[in-house]
Amino acid sequence: MQTVVELARLSVCLGKREILTDLSVELSGRIIGLLGPNGAGKSTLILTLLGFCPVTRGTARVLGHDIRRHIKQVRTLVGYMPENDSFIADMTAVSFVRMMGELSGLPAESALERAHEVLFYVGLGEARYRTLGTYSVGMKQMVKLAQAIVHGPRLLILDEPTNGLDPRARRRMLRLIRDIRDSGQMHVLLCSHLLRDVEETCQEVLILKQGRIVHYANLAQERSVNQRFVEIETSGDNAGLAEALTKIGCTCTTSGGRLKMVLPEDFDLRQIYRVAAKRDLPLRRLNYRRDTLEDIFLKAMEA
Amino acid sequence: MAVYKQTYKDYSGTRTTPWFRFFILSRYSYARLFKSKFLVLFLAVCMFYPLGCAVFIYLSHNIPLLTALRLRSGAMPPIDGEFFNVYCVVQGALAFLLTTLVGPSLVAPDLANGAMSLYLSRPFSRTQYVAGKMTILLLLLSVITWIPGIVLYLIQAGCAGWDWARVHAWLAGSIVLGLWIWIVVLSLIALALSAWVKWKIAAGALILGVFFAGAGFGVAINNVTRTHYGAFIDLMQVVRTIWSDLFRNGSSADLSVTEAWTVLGVTCGLCLWLLARRIRAFEVVK
Repeated sequence: MQTVVELARLSVCLGKREILTDLSVELSGRIIGLLGPNGAGKSTLILTLLGFCPVTRGTARVLGHDIRRHIKQVRTLVGYMPENDSFIADMTAVSFVRMMGELSGLPAESALERAHEVLFYVGLGEARYRTLGTYSVGMKQMVKLAQAIVHGPRLLILDEPTNGLDPRARRRMLRLIRDIRDSGQMHVLLCSHLLRDVEETCQEVLILKQGRIVHYANLAQERSVNQRFVEIETSGDNAGLAEALTKIGCTCTTSGGRLKMVLPEDFDLRQIYRVAAKRDLPLRRLNYRRDTLEDIFLKAMEA
Repeated sequence: MAVYKQTYKDYSGTRTTPWFRFFILSRYSYARLFKSKFLVLFLAVCMFYPLGCAVFIYLSHNIPLLTALRLRSGAMPPIDGEFFNVYCVVQGALAFLLTTLVGPSLVAPDLANGAMSLYLSRPFSRTQYVAGKMTILLLLLSVITWIPGIVLYLIQAGCAGWDWARVHAWLAGSIVLGLWIWIVVLSLIALALSAWVKWKIAAGALILGVFFAGAGFGVAINNVTRTHYGAFIDLMQVVRTIWSDLFRNGSSADLSVTEAWTVLGVTCGLCLWLLARRIRAFEVVK
């Protein structure tokens, strides 16, 4: 799989402050989440990848291109949706998106055609001849997405795409992001404070804290690893069951009427049913206990 | 809605050459600017003086018509350096007014609306952005300054003959150079101030202030200090000094030509520095 973003001991200073320190990672997922508390350096990392912040030390490559030497190629391949309001108030959506397409190198006729297509795609087809100054926050977010994808980028960078959206618009935005992911035509780098958004859409997660990488997780792998964690709810004597399961190699703890356990390697789940049947203990529920992204994030923050 | 409209499609067509991409900004800006009837009317008004000059040149060479109007050909002012110097002063003033109309809306809205990161996240540099925005003013101002000036020169050359054109070829160069200097200075000041204050109305007021307040303060400084240093901040006087030199007229200005060129150079440098500071994808808060 192609490496989307490759950082090697990347450090970035703004003024005299070091914002990013020694970042080294290779990201190759179809959709990558960038997480971290305020001031962690997420936006600075995005701005650095776009060539807006000068690299102090180390290197960064986007889709194989060094951002210091080939920034124009990088910008041709990248679509960027900024966090803040970014538009030209007295332009219609179709003119605005068309102009952005032309600035990315599309011929005028193709840019116009693409502008109509992407505005329909993001759900602004009917409002595309209205000036941007009259748009609601949700519509402005959608226009920002439209201008970011009009030129068919290989990497789409989304900075807080669900900011200021109501639940319905948020669902719509996430659906579009998943759709773009599933189209298989571009990678997505999603920067968000909202863990749920990242969890719903991303395959890989990079967590930053104070300008450093504190955790990198492949969510799919983490989930498969987490299949060794099981949570049981019974309608009887948990303590006795825990003792019996410990004897066959499980590590058990009881909390709130539930039994949580870590299964040993190659453990056959049917043994749990056998032990419970011997004790004539009805099992009401058996779940794989997954670490949520929130658990992963909190662990990373505590590290 | 049709299904095809709900599906993302990749773009795999051709791409344009980056060299002329800056002109895209100018094209879209013209489309917006010419929606204003006032601007169109103003541009039409700007053509009155060149039209009057053309009529004057034609008249001064048309002896039968002059006779019919009971005018003596010798009584008509000559078409020489002074004639074109006055033309530059009049059209230069109109160019200044046009700059105060158009200039403030060029960069300020982009900065105020945070659009800069959208422009610069594309294969489009800061230099191309400034070139694109500057082209808007340069072309508009050219239409009312040196282009009609050259047309007047050609009319005069046509009426007076090849010998006049050959002897006065320097006039054509002076018209082009003198007015290009002025429109470049105006464009740079307009862009720099528009980028600096990020607010259209304030930028317009500042452009007026730079020229009128500069002239006022210049006179005040001269009177108080009994020197000529106040003339350094009076850009109108500075450019008039250069025009007088280019059109080979005697100048009563307080500045030498070298000082005038130096002031213009410093002004342009300052504007470029200001643009380099402000035209950025994002602002660093230190």
